[in-house]
Amino acid sequence: MTGSLAPHFRQPLLKTPFHERARALSQVDSFIPWAGYTTIDVFTTVEQEYFAIRNATTLYDLTPMVKYRVAGADALPYLNRLVTRDIAKLKPNRVAYCVWCNDAGHIIDDGTIFRLGESDYRLCTAERQLDWLLDSAIGFDVEINEVTEEIAALAVQGPTSCAVLKAAGLRGVDVLKPFDIGHFELGGHGVTVSRTGFTGDLGYEVWMDPSAAEAIWDALMAAGRSRGIRAIGSQALNIARIEAGFLSPNVDFVSAEHTIRTGRDRSPLELGLSWLVDFKKGHFTGRRALMSEQARGAQRQLIGLDIAGNKPAHNSLLYTDESGRREIGSVTSAIWSPTCKRNIALAMVNAPHFRIGSTVWAEIYLNRELVWERRMSRAKVVERPFFAPERRRATPPAEF
Amino acid sequence: MASSAAPSRYDCLVIGAGHNGLVCAATLARAGRSVLVLEAANQIGGAALTREFAPGFRVSAGAHLLHMMSADLLRELQLEAQGLEWAARGMPTTALLPGGASVPIGASLSAADTQAYSVYSARMRRFAAALAPIFARTPPRLGTSDWADRWAMLKIGWQIRKLGRQDMRELLRIGGMNVFDLLEENFESAALKGALGFDAVLGANFGPRSPGTVLTLLYRLAAEAAAGASGLSQPRGGMGALCDALSKAALAAGAAIRTGAPVAQIRVEGDRACGVTLESGESIDARRVISSADPKTTFLRLLGPRHLDTGFVRRVNHIRSRGLCAKLHLALDQAPRFSGLSESGLRGRLLLAPSLQYLEHAYNHAKYGEFSAAPALEITVPTINDPALAPAGRHVLSAIIQYVPYALKEGWQSGRQRLLDTVLSLLESHAPGLRASIIGAELLTPVDIEREFHISGGHWHHGDLAFDQFLMVRPVPGAAQYRTPLEGLFLCGAGCHPGGGVMGLAGRNAAQEVIKLSVQPS
Repeated sequence: MTGSLAPHFRQPLLKTPFHERARALSQVDSFIPWAGYTTIDVFTTVEQEYFAIRNATTLYDLTPMVKYRVAGADALPYLNRLVTRDIAKLKPNRVAYCVWCNDAGHIIDDGTIFRLGESDYRLCTAERQLDWLLDSAIGFDVEINEVTEEIAALAVQGPTSCAVLKAAGLRGVDVLKPFDIGHFELGGHGVTVSRTGFTGDLGYEVWMDPSAAEAIWDALMAAGRSRGIRAIGSQALNIARIEAGFLSPNVDFVSAEHTIRTGRDRSPLELGLSWLVDFKKGHFTGRRALMSEQARGAQRQLIGLDIAGNKPAHNSLLYTDESGRREIGSVTSAIWSPTCKRNIALAMVNAPHFRIGSTVWAEIYLNRELVWERRMSRAKVVERPFFAPERRRATPPAEF
Repeated sequence: MASSAAPSRYDCLVIGAGHNGLVCAATLARAGRSVLVLEAANQIGGAALTREFAPGFRVSAGAHLLHMMSADLLRELQLEAQGLEWAARGMPTTALLPGGASVPIGASLSAADTQAYSVYSARMRRFAAALAPIFARTPPRLGTSDWADRWAMLKIGWQIRKLGRQDMRELLRIGGMNVFDLLEENFESAALKGALGFDAVLGANFGPRSPGTVLTLLYRLAAEAAAGASGLSQPRGGMGALCDALSKAALAAGAAIRTGAPVAQIRVEGDRACGVTLESGESIDARRVISSADPKTTFLRLLGPRHLDTGFVRRVNHIRSRGLCAKLHLALDQAPRFSGLSESGLRGRLLLAPSLQYLEHAYNHAKYGEFSAAPALEITVPTINDPALAPAGRHVLSAIIQYVPYALKEGWQSGRQRLLDTVLSLLESHAPGLRASIIGAELLTPVDIEREFHISGGHWHHGDLAFDQFLMVRPVPGAAQYRTPLEGLFLCGAGCHPGGGVMGLAGRNAAQEVIKLSVQPS
């Protein structure tokens, strides 16, 4: 068991290998820090970028995503003890979305596991957590190394994304099914492509050596010119991910390693992720706590809301009725969905109000030229995702 | 020793036939449980055993004095009826001083010290008596809304409140202090302070100036209070005789004991402990497995982290359990003659810790992976009270060497001989002619103690007794009530409350938890 620390502390904010290319396209100088890197929030306008996700192809630099290589004879039992899902079912060249919990069954983080070889995995996470990963490795023959800086990554997402990749020369990329991994050549550089993403749309993630980053960015931009390719920032992606019903760490839940107040931790059962919890696979961290939580029954659930009106219910408190006397939860993520034309939100709601079809009331504050108005809006508990086009799963994807 | 008709599945398997394992087994068997004790070594006793170390010479190879064994437990298990006899009780303590003098503890004091000593001793006895009942109970869990836990917390608080305003205030004042400051406050005599301070740090990873050493002293005194008024004792036949009596009590109650049966693994089925696999490959089924092995050995080696949560494993891994004591056994062709020591002094315990500064200095070296050229020693000559331990006319010297680091910087290859030479020269300076009378010698470093007694880190308390490894956080939260996160697996060793020292209460408290749970068969 060994670990390495990437020197992310030496420089306040690192630049990704795509930085120069992205900077050249940035029209509004809107940068935000993400996991120790400077990244772009908005290139031009959020609307333009968002509609490119749903109508064309987008490039999103996800290099800052924290990546760990997990390898060794015990890599599989190690990962199976770490995460709640059964990784034994994950075949080589496949990806699995998963969460991992602390002893109390509360989520530490969510992420994806890439099975790159027989006992060679990559774990992509939102937060750095080598400490937890190494402590989880006590008693396992496994080597864990952070490889965030060794791998550059671009999300290529949108209905024309497959066509763009093919035009760039990735022959056979169209046979990749959702969560498949493939290895290709692009302009003389080896790239790994996974059919994964955070948009809920047709899309891929392209993983490469940082030295090839600019060449691959240029190649994709050239190949996508006639298919409306556009670089996007985090704001547009956030709209797409809410439509897709995906959770954002520190927005829809706070890592159990970071919460201070009791009761602020969230379990996968509460976040509607029971399908990720496999009680039959053997022991994993948090299993005993989750078993008893399941026996007790969920006290609250993260659900989708369809809210009357067109004003996003940012941070709204939720009530049983219009009078607003009994508080039953709050909104974690809210947007006006441009594609669904619905006012949608993700919200944490107490039992029994989280049942699909229940009605709750959202207290929305509106800033009308510095005069605040309060509006109680009727909201219905609905299924997630809000937007799930057939094309996200179609294999091969449609030609454009 | 297994009974002829061994059941196919036992109610309880006890791992380890040390005193705690045997007490646990005897208590369970007396409550009607079918019990099998599995001992890795070829003889019972764990670190409370008597064995030969040189041809014809026998010694208590681990602990060499009995002073914490609960009087209630001795009565309950009728150990004297099972053949436990005493070679000595109420043994005196004598301080060996530089320049070859010696002084019995509490004697030859200035008028001020005489007065202070009597006040101090009486007060510490009151504190010890107040704390003693805590030892025989399962510690409460913190932060639960369970009434039993709250009640237990209240009882601890009441025990302390009952001391009265003045004493309670004093207890709370000194509770977090270091023993160096406490003794400096009270006494003038360096020899007295050294000897009293020694008891606060014996077996601990602390110097007298380390925080929490008043707590370790109170712990020792409270355990002694729970043991009754018999003081330092020496069982006839050594510490092994105690475990022989315990095993007879266990066997008489129907338990079975197998020696030479090292456990390789605790077996788990359906997320509960269901038995063990021995190193021989043999599997034994049981409804409950109760381990007297130290927590690290139990959880990390016998059970394995993959049956436990990461946070719990992290806590177990962080238990401070590096031993800091070595043991020296000498076979002598005549009784040692310590300068200025009376015949009666040799019947008792000799301490070489002439001042608090001497102790602190010895500790300083250990902090940096070395041993001091002037270590502190606790010496007994058990053959004075119990001549049968050696051939006629010959003697055994047994010494605990305080502050010998487990991870010696220079390595034990060269360190072993250097330590032996250091201690023998030191002994020679107090007992001239001793070296010439040595027929055989055995030195057990913390690494040897780890190997011989299967204690991870060679720490005879199975983990430091310190504020953060004490009571309801001993060994770690989540396993401090003898139950573990794994259904059916329990701890009963020194790693649990109330801790190390040959006391037996961890074994009994654990057995009572098991009995309480199994009133309704599961």
